[in-house]
Amino acid sequence: MADTSGTPDVVHHTYDVLVIGAGGAGLRAAIEARMRGKRVAILSKSLFGKAHTVMAEGGIAASMGNANPRDNWEVHYRDTMRGGKFLNNWRMAELHAKEAPQRVWELETYGALFDRTPEGKISQRNFGGHQFPRLAHVGDRTGLELIRTLQQKIVSLQQEDHARTGDHESDLKVFHEFTVTELFKDGDRIAGAFGYRRPTGEYLCFHAPAVVLATGGIGKSFKVTSNSWEYTGDGHALALRAGARLINMEFVQFHPTGMVWPPSVKGILVTESVRGDGGVLKNSEGERFMFRYVPDVFREQYATSEDEGDRWYTDADNNRRPPELLPRDEVARAINNEVKEGRGSPAGGVYLDIASRRSTEFIRKRLPSMYHQFKELADVDITAEPMEVGPTCHYVMGGVEVDPDTAATVVPGLFAAGEVAGGMHGSNRLGGNSLSDLLVFGCRAGAGAAEYLDGLTGAPAVTDAAVDAALAESEKPFAVRGEENAYTLHQELQQTMNDLVGIIRRADEMEMALKRLAELRDRIPRVGVSGGRAYNPGWHLAMDLRNMLMVSQCIAMAALERQESRGGHTRDDYPAMDENWRRELLNCSLVDGPDGPQVELNHQPQPAMRPDLFDLFELDELKKYYTGDELGGHRADRGM
Amino acid sequence: MGYRAKFEVWRGDASGEGALQPFEVDVNEGEVVLDIVHRLQATQAGDLAVRWNCKAGKCGSCSAEINGRPRLMCMTRMSTFDEQETVTITPLRTFPVIRDLVTDVDFNYVKAREIPSFAPPEDLAPGEYRMSQVDVERPQEFRKCIECYLCQNTCHAVRDHEENKEEFAGPRYLMRVSELDMHPLDVRDRKDAAQDDHGLGYCNITKCCTEVCPEHIKITDNALIPMKERVVDTKYDPLVWLGRKIFKREDLEAKHATGRRSLDDAGPDNGSPLPADSIGPVGG
Repeated sequence: MADTSGTPDVVHHTYDVLVIGAGGAGLRAAIEARMRGKRVAILSKSLFGKAHTVMAEGGIAASMGNANPRDNWEVHYRDTMRGGKFLNNWRMAELHAKEAPQRVWELETYGALFDRTPEGKISQRNFGGHQFPRLAHVGDRTGLELIRTLQQKIVSLQQEDHARTGDHESDLKVFHEFTVTELFKDGDRIAGAFGYRRPTGEYLCFHAPAVVLATGGIGKSFKVTSNSWEYTGDGHALALRAGARLINMEFVQFHPTGMVWPPSVKGILVTESVRGDGGVLKNSEGERFMFRYVPDVFREQYATSEDEGDRWYTDADNNRRPPELLPRDEVARAINNEVKEGRGSPAGGVYLDIASRRSTEFIRKRLPSMYHQFKELADVDITAEPMEVGPTCHYVMGGVEVDPDTAATVVPGLFAAGEVAGGMHGSNRLGGNSLSDLLVFGCRAGAGAAEYLDGLTGAPAVTDAAVDAALAESEKPFAVRGEENAYTLHQELQQTMNDLVGIIRRADEMEMALKRLAELRDRIPRVGVSGGRAYNPGWHLAMDLRNMLMVSQCIAMAALERQESRGGHTRDDYPAMDENWRRELLNCSLVDGPDGPQVELNHQPQPAMRPDLFDLFELDELKKYYTGDELGGHRADRGM
Repeated sequence: MGYRAKFEVWRGDASGEGALQPFEVDVNEGEVVLDIVHRLQATQAGDLAVRWNCKAGKCGSCSAEINGRPRLMCMTRMSTFDEQETVTITPLRTFPVIRDLVTDVDFNYVKAREIPSFAPPEDLAPGEYRMSQVDVERPQEFRKCIECYLCQNTCHAVRDHEENKEEFAGPRYLMRVSELDMHPLDVRDRKDAAQDDHGLGYCNITKCCTEVCPEHIKITDNALIPMKERVVDTKYDPLVWLGRKIFKREDLEAKHATGRRSLDDAGPDNGSPLPADSIGPVGG
């Protein structure tokens, strides 16, 4: 038995800005803060360059207009709001649509190599919910290109620092394989963070007045997911414990196409690019069933016949897009329904067929990772036979409530960007809008943190008592011996969320889920671990479980409260979208209860869209989402 | 379908002390080696250390040696083994062990920093980059690299010669030099540095790196050999290199695909009033 007796040492570091998470948002935030003259530490659970961003396949949405010159930020803005069923924070969607092209072009100055158009510009591909071909891409490994490019930009900044100071890590240092367990505050303000090095178990305390959360999502609370082990909701939970609020937690995106066979790979993502590049969905009867699932709100924008849908790939100006390219929530529900009604594939999915529609050469060129993935993991040649696919937990729209312009939370000094932040995507995110979100708001968070520091008076201090408490919390699993097993509890949590708060929800099931989560809340503190502090996955999971439980409670509580169906929240008992609920946001915060801190759910109003943005839509479309009294003031009222 | 498999997994710590530990464990249809390691963690060895992330062959974290072959655990299907066979998993041999199957790969991050970064032409603004698909495809092959470090682990120039680690960047980072050299817009001359600073001369083209690459990148044929050829060219005739760069530029101009050409054209305007290189003041 490794030695865990005695009080371990804590090593102290001081920085201007801590960035927690080294995916696209975290790295972009770190670059921005460093370029604005701040000393930055990046704290990452995985090795530098391995973040979950590498899993993004399809591309980065940005209205550069390279493929269709009619594209611009207004079109992108409208598509984003429609995709989110108008629950999006309009200011975030506006900034995102306006700034995404600049953020993409900037990547080329860092060395990114996107696929090209014949004129040598960045190529752009079609994706669900986007009116024009809009996704900058590199085959189907765009996320890898993004992460490697940002990683290499960080290295280039470190080389500049080395030339100046003789130390690569003088102003920008990556602490990889590091888990943050607690944030520190001095009064209301952020003062630092505490955590452990995963390889050694060494404890570190960071003194820093600004913290950017860029920890990604929560998918590991669900059994079938495209997310990696890192997605345990750490940033969501850290924000709650520090006094910030989460919004929109009921909205969880189930990507329509995850692998369903073999069982061990169930959930692994099959990129939407397969459909963007011509692939179609078929049921066991060979029917292209998506034509039966076009909802009223999208009726005017989607083809009604296979011929029209097929013509759209070559003549998008004179035809409407095929319904396989509806937003993800619609496609996921349709697949779920086909399987439920007995028209599924043997492994419980539906068929995604590109083999019969595109040449072998085209498929291998455009979708090399998918070809490789199916060949190696499922013995399926996607150029010759269809894939079997089904919904998989992919993304959480909900997250930390932030100020759109600065990414600041209500806690001074605490910022959040990327998947961990909420609001941008409303009730459902469009494919391709995630990578652009990371860049746009990662940049803004880095800038926001730097500006906050410039205006700061006096340095917040971390108290010894707070450090002792954080240390004691991390040591707890070593003191408890063996009563509960972390792996078993994790499986129970995943099964509960998957079965009871999954793609289709009902009140009685969610009440059951909350009851089971409450039981887990009692059991998780009794998790014991064997072994020492050095690279001990049992201990790591025991620590992460607390966070997964907290975000699961938020999701279940918010999902039970919202009595309508919208985007990534579908209620069997309230199947319709209700315009009165569009004005309502649900937020979660932590309050003191009899048995320690408890998640509390509250309503808050959705801010009204700025008039000039409201006017970008036709009144007839707005009527599908808004109540009558909200529509006054539209340009139609002014005779325009 | 399912069967009971025999495994031997190396358990040990940073002191270098350790031994193979035998396990018997259930295997189900379609599973990969990483699934089995996870089952061992959940049922028999809660503290068994393994590094992994995506379990889909995209992140390059779960590198190990399986029956002595450097592989990704997530991409090694159990069906490739005989049911009677004992499957042995050991950590990467070239890097120091942290614990069990996890090694300290920081060597690679040090080498990454030694390679001068991408240097674009100074007169090119963001949004004005023009490159042809055929020109980006060569370096794009190398950017498929998931940094699993299997090539770094396998290359005998460091696997069997610890003393070479100082001077030899290894296949992954020599490929990075080659990638930058092939970047249509990189202006830095990288040939002398490849030989003098990054140890290209240590490579004697045994292609072990190519053999183990899970992304099937032709590291030796497409990155290292062409780089060696260009080093030789430069040494004998620097004009050859310059001539090639000029030719490439003309070729692009013929296709209206250069940065310079695009300066005449305002380029795609997406209607945003914000400048490309700055987001200006952020406080609402």
